[in-house]
Amino acid sequence: MSHTLNIYEPLSIEAIRAEFPILQTTVYGYPLVYLDNAASTQKPSVVLEALDEYYKTINANVHRGVHHLSQLATDAFEEARRKVAAFINAAHDYEIIFTRGTTNGINTISSTFGRAFLKPGDEVLISAMEHHSNIVPWQMACEYYGAKLKVIPMTDRGELELDEYSRLLNSGRVKIVAVTYVSNSLGTVNPVRDMIRQAHAAGIPVLVDAAQAVQHILIDVQDLDADFLVFSSHKIYGPTGIGVLYGKEAWLNKLPPHEGGGEMIKTVSFGKTTYNDLPFKFEAGTPDMSGAIGLKAALDYVDSIGIDRIQLAEEALLTYALDALSTVPGIRFVGEAEHRAGAISFLLGKHHPFDVGELLDKQGIAVRTGHHCCQPVMDRLDIPGTVRASFSVYNTPSDVDRLVAALVKSGRMLG
Amino acid sequence: MTIQEEQDAIVEEFSYFDSWDDKYQFIIDLGKGLPMIDPQYKVDENLIRGCQSRVWLHASVEDGKLWFTADSDALITKGLVSMVVRVLTGHTPKEIVDADIFFIDAIGLRSHLSPTRSNGLLSMLKQIKAYALAYTLKNQTS
Repeated sequence: MSHTLNIYEPLSIEAIRAEFPILQTTVYGYPLVYLDNAASTQKPSVVLEALDEYYKTINANVHRGVHHLSQLATDAFEEARRKVAAFINAAHDYEIIFTRGTTNGINTISSTFGRAFLKPGDEVLISAMEHHSNIVPWQMACEYYGAKLKVIPMTDRGELELDEYSRLLNSGRVKIVAVTYVSNSLGTVNPVRDMIRQAHAAGIPVLVDAAQAVQHILIDVQDLDADFLVFSSHKIYGPTGIGVLYGKEAWLNKLPPHEGGGEMIKTVSFGKTTYNDLPFKFEAGTPDMSGAIGLKAALDYVDSIGIDRIQLAEEALLTYALDALSTVPGIRFVGEAEHRAGAISFLLGKHHPFDVGELLDKQGIAVRTGHHCCQPVMDRLDIPGTVRASFSVYNTPSDVDRLVAALVKSGRMLG
Repeated sequence: MTIQEEQDAIVEEFSYFDSWDDKYQFIIDLGKGLPMIDPQYKVDENLIRGCQSRVWLHASVEDGKLWFTADSDALITKGLVSMVVRVLTGHTPKEIVDADIFFIDAIGLRSHLSPTRSNGLLSMLKQIKAYALAYTLKNQTS
């Protein structure tokens, strides 16, 4: 991993912005202020060029052909895997499985872990701030295998109740913990390292949903000691449709394959199929080669800046944004965790988040409104949803100023 | 007024507004108008769930015509809903089934009819047409 850069050397956000063609566009005549990064980040030119280059020069199916192009494509695809492994400090390249995204990664584990280990009466532990992708797959597995879904509660400030976590963990029936590193709706950073340590003390594996963390925080799976970790490429400046499932070798070897066909087989006869080794056991069918190569370009891009420096710049911007937003008449923050990253959720007076988001959009400001695919979080807080501004490395204080001015105007219009 | 004429009237009203904020202010003010639905009908059975906002819709029949009242928890949606009700209420099921709803597009709010926006307006229009179709079929069979 790249730790050679001086993290105190300030970033030139203007130079970074120039790398992202879409940031030069206008919306309804206003220069775009893009604050929906938790949903998807924009892509720098290096990623767009990598995709273009792939299709123009080496496009071929991987791992199959003996021909020149197939070899080039295979090399580039496996190089991407090595890049991901290095980026999150996996012990082995083959612990990196390419998936379609975070959701697909969680489903892969919930269904295979369920098949291998869940029995009636067992428990699966998730948290109250999970998004639907880390609820529904476990609910489905629990229903299918007769297990129970248990939920770590959270406080009004949007922090997990860790005493309750310890209590739930020690029921003697928990088979796996699945928890988000950073909440997409509240921005809370959960103490996953400690949570993993506690779970391991009870002999329980942990899946970390890093969909909202990997682009903001240095992820070291060995330091975290995560058993599984998932994220999506498109939230870290990479292309859509590809993501990563990291699993410890020992765990991945204990799980059955998820889908059949393609690269996941070793030998097939109508009588018996033997499965391929890691990581191919979990990569059925033709993988997303261009996606993997685009993701590599995105991770190279992040490394060229330094995730530490990105984190510092984003933290400074979040602090600025919290201060600036608190001057908006009627604003109420939703989720006030001490440790937060990426997103600020709020409501404006009694106004519906949809109305506010709509009026912001008309002023060229892209935010997310609604329940952010976290209906249980909104039910817990008894609100219909929030307005969420989520930040990325290319956002500036002037984006925040535009948001503040637009909110003041929206509030005035809504009366 | 026919459904077509009512829509033409709305399009003309909007033609007086030059800027987006004037248009939206008008819709917001419509949304803030009188309650649009009798509270007894603002119940879960009448709820149309969009991704963003909720719309309650109640239909009744009188003199062979369909009458609608509606409400929404979001003001902008409520303003739009009030215009949809204004256009479609008091018409025969056949007129409603056959109606081409163009005014939302014509006043520059096309995105409100897109499934991706999912604010309940599209679902509400579908529901209104479904009511009208159901009454049409019922009348044909009875």
